[in-house]
Amino acid sequence: MQSNEYIQFFDGGVTPTLENLGGKGASLVTMTSAGMPVPPGFVVTTAQFDTFMHEAGITAKINQLLADLDPEDMKQVDKISAAIREDICSRPVPQAMRELTVGAYESLMARFDAPVPVAVRSSATAEDLPDASFAGQQDTYLWLDGVKAVTEHIRQCWASLFTSRAIIYRLKNNIPNEGLSMAVVVQKMVNSRVSGVAITMDPTNGDRSKITIDSSYGVGEMVVSGQVTPDNIVLDKVTLAVVNEHLGDKHAELVPDTGAKRLVEREVDAERRGRRSLTDAELTAVAQMAKRAEKHYKCPQDIEWALDADLPDGENLLLLQSRPETVHSSKPAPQTAPQPVVSGGFFSGFSATVPKQAV
Amino acid sequence: MSLKSFPKPSELTVPAGAEGWEKIYPYYLVFQDKLKEQEDAKFWFCDSQHWPTVFKPFETIGGEFAVKCLGQYNARHLMIPNANGIEFRIHLGYLYMSPIPVPEDQIAARVPLFEQRVGHYFQNWEQLLKDWHVKVKGTIEEMETISFPKLPDMVPMEDITSGKGKDGSEKLLESYDRLIQLAYQNWQYHFEFLNLGYIAYLDFFNFCKQVFPNVPDQSIATMVQGVNMELFRPDDELKGLAKLAVELGLQAHFGNTDDVDATLGAVASAPGGDRWIAQYEGAKDPWFNFTVGNGFYGHDKYWNEHQEIPLGYIADYIRRVDEGQEIMRPVEALIAERDRIIEEYRDLLEGDNQAIFDAKRGLAATAYPYVENHNFYIEHWTMGVFWRKIRELSRMMQAEGFWTEPDDLLYLGRNEVRDALFDLVTGWGVGAKPIGPDYWPEEIERRRGIVDALKTARPAPALNTPPEIITEPFTRMLWGITTEQVQQWLGAGEEVEGGGLRGMAASPGVVEGLARVVTDADQLSEIQQGEILVATVTAPSWGPIFGKIKATVTDIGGMMSHAAIVCREYGLPAVTGTGSASTTIKTGQRLRVDGTKGTVQILDAEEDLVVTGPGAHSHSHV
Repeated sequence: MQSNEYIQFFDGGVTPTLENLGGKGASLVTMTSAGMPVPPGFVVTTAQFDTFMHEAGITAKINQLLADLDPEDMKQVDKISAAIREDICSRPVPQAMRELTVGAYESLMARFDAPVPVAVRSSATAEDLPDASFAGQQDTYLWLDGVKAVTEHIRQCWASLFTSRAIIYRLKNNIPNEGLSMAVVVQKMVNSRVSGVAITMDPTNGDRSKITIDSSYGVGEMVVSGQVTPDNIVLDKVTLAVVNEHLGDKHAELVPDTGAKRLVEREVDAERRGRRSLTDAELTAVAQMAKRAEKHYKCPQDIEWALDADLPDGENLLLLQSRPETVHSSKPAPQTAPQPVVSGGFFSGFSATVPKQAV
Repeated sequence: MSLKSFPKPSELTVPAGAEGWEKIYPYYLVFQDKLKEQEDAKFWFCDSQHWPTVFKPFETIGGEFAVKCLGQYNARHLMIPNANGIEFRIHLGYLYMSPIPVPEDQIAARVPLFEQRVGHYFQNWEQLLKDWHVKVKGTIEEMETISFPKLPDMVPMEDITSGKGKDGSEKLLESYDRLIQLAYQNWQYHFEFLNLGYIAYLDFFNFCKQVFPNVPDQSIATMVQGVNMELFRPDDELKGLAKLAVELGLQAHFGNTDDVDATLGAVASAPGGDRWIAQYEGAKDPWFNFTVGNGFYGHDKYWNEHQEIPLGYIADYIRRVDEGQEIMRPVEALIAERDRIIEEYRDLLEGDNQAIFDAKRGLAATAYPYVENHNFYIEHWTMGVFWRKIRELSRMMQAEGFWTEPDDLLYLGRNEVRDALFDLVTGWGVGAKPIGPDYWPEEIERRRGIVDALKTARPAPALNTPPEIITEPFTRMLWGITTEQVQQWLGAGEEVEGGGLRGMAASPGVVEGLARVVTDADQLSEIQQGEILVATVTAPSWGPIFGKIKATVTDIGGMMSHAAIVCREYGLPAVTGTGSASTTIKTGQRLRVDGTKGTVQILDAEEDLVVTGPGAHSHSHV
């Protein structure tokens, strides 16, 4: 299915705008097109929300309800908020819109051997909600199966524009209600077979010519929280040659139990523990993705990545998060210019018995 | 950490039939009983990279001239602060080397001298290198004028009338002396720029290791390597000739290239054949002054004397062109990848370091190509002419009855040849029979037996106890003799059992394929398309083979050994300096060569105990 005004796939090749896709949606599309594949999915654009509101004919009524509201009157705010959200969730979505969303969902599912659970998240345009992280955490619905659950939660995301907290925030900051809109992200739940982090430098010494990768089985939480000892691999950033590697014990893994919609911990058998959790090709792919993230964001990055069990080899590496590496990159790089030898000469390796090694 | 030791020279078994081998070489080339204590205290590594087979007595000339002249540039010309030359000995027919350090207290005083001398060369690189070409070619030209005709029955009448007063034997003696002198001269020139190439490279190398800790050696090599080097020219000429043959529709005439005259005759009389022959003749001089060996042995074959070799390669290239294969090296891709690597490392640097990087890399990139290109002028061209002249002399003396086989001169040391010549001219001069024909045939038979017996044993990789750390820069870079490598050799016995070998990650990439073990250039024709070449060492002239194989594994050689350089040039994986690949691996075994990690796995070995992949070890290339 193609992207259109109302639905935009992450990999649909359409230039994202914040206005259409909200912050989160725009970022997912940008990352995908920059070669940093996020878990696949699509954005239900703000145009769809706008059309829905227009057809429902409730915008004027909502504006009126909000007009004289006192942000200090919590009871009244809660009451109005509940009424508006109830209104939004009970109105029918225009048939044409609904068909586009259902088509997009089915098209997403068709990429996998069997239907996979998805997450539905709100994607607000910048000023609409208190802050992105609040919005993101608040309106994320995980492990959704089937089109009905998905469309229901899209509407819940729409309704979240009118939570008490959002209403109060806009009142206190004099943000007008006119032009409020909301995009919604529908995205495959990651089914991590192997996951970990990658830092585009050597964090032990700040050497920016290396990429350091920690990798273990299952969901990355155990790596991030230090519950398992992951494989640790240092690669040369330019050639991606392995400079150093150390196999971790990787005794346990967290894997999704899709039936119970939660993660379960299990033992890793001796054979899998004894070998590196990434093949050579996978290792290279992770390193290349980390390099692309660094290039894209123009500073050293600390990324979280996963290999998704539901996706075919070569397309299964996903970028879950990329953020600036802050520990070392705030300091000047510890690159040492070779100290002039004895008389200020040029040839450093010939005047000492042991070649100097920095760091 | 205490290392195990390699055997002492006296602990190595003398192969049966080789007893008394010491006496076939000059006294100064063999370990001395009176110096046993001092010599056993030194660490000697075998240079089987350049001298993979047993020396016949005359052939020590290459080892002597090369290693002596290498040393003089460190110790006497350039005054390298921390490295003198390399001592060398022949033991059981193989060459062992021991680098000579500069005493700690003398290092500082040499620094200003070194900088002044090296500085002069780098500042005047272009002109001095131009002069070098003139000097070297002049030497070769003079060498070409030398000949060893049979002595006449009597002094010509014109020498009587002109009052020359000499019988012409002096010319024979002078010619021999001059030939040796000219070889010595070009071996001195050989190292005039070689050490400088390594110095510039190592300077850049050390800088990279400082600013990019643990940067792979391979990356540094790639950043300074030339792509269109003269050393590849002979092979490129053959490729061009193959393409032209296809273009002119001459393929049918290359069916039996072993018959050189018939092949060239058929081509010449075919339509368009004259054009091909003209290009062929143009390529021959000088590019067929190219040996399938390495220039150090009297038995090395040169293309211009064995045209069936280049014609065979051309035939093979023609077949590949007809099959639609691309035979040219991926030059553009190699240049693009090299430039990407340079750019990306450079971008990692800040401030002054970028300028330093540019300066050092620029110097290394200027100086480094010499390290490969000189090879054509000395090992191939100079030595090609040299050995041709020596064979001419040997045949002349064979005709005089000094020995039975055409190349038996090789069983005499070069100073013994001088004696034999004086014996010849004396006998001739006085009108008597020289002594040699009654002395040498028997002695040569005895020596032949010794050399053949020595050949039945492979050399030890090294002798005596290695130092804790190996720091000598040339040893590390050129021969790949590093602390880690030596430890690996010492542990090699255990590692080999499981079917895995470790060496230097010399050229990146991973492939699987069938092994072809080659210990002699004459076996090159056995190599099949897609095989993995396993050799004690490779020669640059094996170029046409590199278009056929998938990867290379050698016993000895570092990041800058020929195999490593050629493989990077051809985009093939290579693992060098494994110590024992050619004796451990059998032709036909399935191998997995990882030139990025430096491992070779024998996939169908009985028990695959050694895991060469991740997790087998936790190592750090410091």
